[in-house]
Amino acid sequence: MKASAVAVARLVVARDLRLAFRKPSQLLQPLLFFMIVATLFPLTLTPELSRLRDAAPGVLWIGALLSSLLALEFLFRDDAQDGTLEQFALSGQSLTWMLFAKTCTHWLLSGLPLALSAPVAALALGVPAEAMGSMVASLALGGFALSLLGAISAGLTLGARRGGVLLSLLTLPLSVPVLVFGADATQRAIAGAAIAPPMYMLGALAVLGVTLAPLAAAAAVRIGLE
Amino acid sequence: MLTVSGLHLWRGDRHVLRGVSFTAGPGQCVLLTGKNGAGKTTLLRAIAGLLDPEEGQVSWRDAPARRSRDVFHAELAYLGHEPPLKGDLSARENLKYSIGIRRGVTREEIDGALTRTGATDFSDRSVRMLSAGQRRRVALAGVLLTGAVLWLLDEPTTNLDADGQRLVADLIDEQVSHGGIVVAAVHHAMTLDAGNVVNLELGST
Repeated sequence: MKASAVAVARLVVARDLRLAFRKPSQLLQPLLFFMIVATLFPLTLTPELSRLRDAAPGVLWIGALLSSLLALEFLFRDDAQDGTLEQFALSGQSLTWMLFAKTCTHWLLSGLPLALSAPVAALALGVPAEAMGSMVASLALGGFALSLLGAISAGLTLGARRGGVLLSLLTLPLSVPVLVFGADATQRAIAGAAIAPPMYMLGALAVLGVTLAPLAAAAAVRIGLE
Repeated sequence: MLTVSGLHLWRGDRHVLRGVSFTAGPGQCVLLTGKNGAGKTTLLRAIAGLLDPEEGQVSWRDAPARRSRDVFHAELAYLGHEPPLKGDLSARENLKYSIGIRRGVTREEIDGALTRTGATDFSDRSVRMLSAGQRRRVALAGVLLTGAVLWLLDEPTTNLDADGQRLVADLIDEQVSHGGIVVAAVHHAMTLDAGNVVNLELGST
């Protein structure tokens, strides 16, 4: 009997989680990169917390974006190399759905841990404790949107020899709206203002990503498999 | 019934497939032969839908395969040059995940397939630690587990010892005798007991 969509998603997520925990270096690299970038800024900019606090939203979001790019390289690459994506495409199941499950797992393994560890980096940048919750929420939501956008680029660069550079060139322009609204949400959280407006926009971007990105990624992966 | 009609396919400026046509019905095996670069792998990938031919059509059960792609793929098992296995997972885990996305599969079924392909002894070892021949046996177990009607096998005996090569021939014979269809690219002649074997030499069409 053909596996249900839920069973398929469960297996794809379980497989990717198991593989990730057997290769923890791939999990830790983007996280460490983010922490190092965020903690280097106070050393090079100024020790004044008030000035660091002003720069914090930009530093945190650019750090998050760059580290998400690092993690995106692994989203489809290994699966393409060992033939797993071909088997996905020939499984008789929806490739779009399986890639969506993979992208969600990618966020679980990179975007979410990054958002949860951000308060440590934010402390070094003088972000007040009251703003931490909102900052984590905005990074988690924005990170999800970034993962979805990145899935399209990762699919498009599957066949490219120097895919990493191309991946960045494709993803960075697409990420601008997420970066703008994400940094705005963090800025507002630090200032003690309402973060709802930029969070709604981040939510809208994530919904747009959920709607379109898996379809585009599946089309790109099919082309990449040729 | 698998019908391949007038397939033309270019790779860059190379005209690899030049109007390939054949039909394979239940209980039939088509062995694709030809020199390196004759287009055996390309043809298998085009039949599977991994490559888009510039001209021609692949039909499955009298309907274009592209039109009902998921239905066609549900009845298809494709084994390429490299076994599609994850090095960090054991053979058993690989089969659980790769077959599980197609259909519900029990531990007993996996054990049965691994036993049939002589892969039981190393089924719990990380695939990274297996030899190329052992990986091929695990991949063949995966083909068995799909329960697919149509098998597309790209040089299925690669890296296998004499026993393994006999195993592949037996598996193809079984599949064909149960009414399945096998299209296999082979470098060397393969001795099959199944009666309905068609040899198709590529590069001569």
